[in-house]
Amino acid sequence: MIDRKKAWAALARHITDEIVVATYSSATDWIATIDRPLNYFSFGAMGLASSHALGLALARPDKRVIVLDGDGSLLMNLGTLVTIGAVAPKNFAHIVAHNGSYEANGGHPIPNKQTDFAGIARSSGIAKAQRIDTLAGFEAAIPNLLTEEGPLFVDLIVEQGELGPRSYKDMYSRVRRQAFREALQAG
Amino acid sequence: MHDSPAPAPLQGALIIDAIKQARVDYVLSVPDLHTSNGLLKPIAQDKELKLIRTCKEDETLGIAAGLSYGNKRALILIQWTGFLYAMNAIRAMACDHSMPMCMMIGLLGKEPELPSRQSARFGVRIVEPMLDTLGIAYHRISEDADAALIAPAIEQAYAQSKPIAFLIERRPVHA
Repeated sequence: MIDRKKAWAALARHITDEIVVATYSSATDWIATIDRPLNYFSFGAMGLASSHALGLALARPDKRVIVLDGDGSLLMNLGTLVTIGAVAPKNFAHIVAHNGSYEANGGHPIPNKQTDFAGIARSSGIAKAQRIDTLAGFEAAIPNLLTEEGPLFVDLIVEQGELGPRSYKDMYSRVRRQAFREALQAG
Repeated sequence: MHDSPAPAPLQGALIIDAIKQARVDYVLSVPDLHTSNGLLKPIAQDKELKLIRTCKEDETLGIAAGLSYGNKRALILIQWTGFLYAMNAIRAMACDHSMPMCMMIGLLGKEPELPSRQSARFGVRIVEPMLDTLGIAYHRISEDADAALIAPAIEQAYAQSKPIAFLIERRPVHA
């Protein structure tokens, strides 16, 4: 089991000009780790982080897009894996923090904690899908996640983090979204 | 007793031309029997439009949002059932965040002789009132001349970062 904050800290050490799309608990940990204009926070409707990211990846094939998703979130939009598998964006890496719970909603368990997300991703057409359950394993995978031809998928087995409440007001602010837009247009 | 003449068929090609005129890059769609032959099938064959088939309608809202940040335009092509299904995503992206979500909604089952608000089908009947409640502007597309409304409305949606809906009232045909 991995401490998600340590995993994101490891990822942050490699981040340069990538677009990082994060949602809910993955997002609150990510923004606490590295706050930068090219962070995009999936807003408003739970489960759609990877859909936002797919749009960004298609619009900007010159940029690597990394999704920091949650297992509860992904379950609300599981069909996204089929869509991504069909579209097959080469610049797309999808990391799902899998702790078996709706952490941001009170820590209730997801319907099946044993869900094999990497298996679902593979059978949805995302061939490069793997399950990682150690920090060392994740650290070793990061360089490939940032460079290998996608789509890539990681089922990252993490510990449950702090339970809510969380504030997303700043993440979803107009100022932050405008900063993202400007950073994207700049390069 | 006399029968009123049947209205001329709605030409899907005119709608597709309007979509292209609006510089739409991507069509994001879940199939709808109402627009299947007249719009979706020809769009799938069209070399100028990129079609992404999604599993559920709320995906289309997320993809369109991401595309818009990268200055790519999208048209969401769904049925009224999908519009109802995707309501939370529409609320979030079209309303809360005022993003240029351009939705073309097929009114499957709408009676040609009745306004949709008077349809016997509850789901069809509530589409316009729901758009009103959401504050989303819309155009009814029921005859060929209505296709001319599409491109300017999409241009305005992107210029003002506002959502727009087009209600496909009659089943389009493809020559």
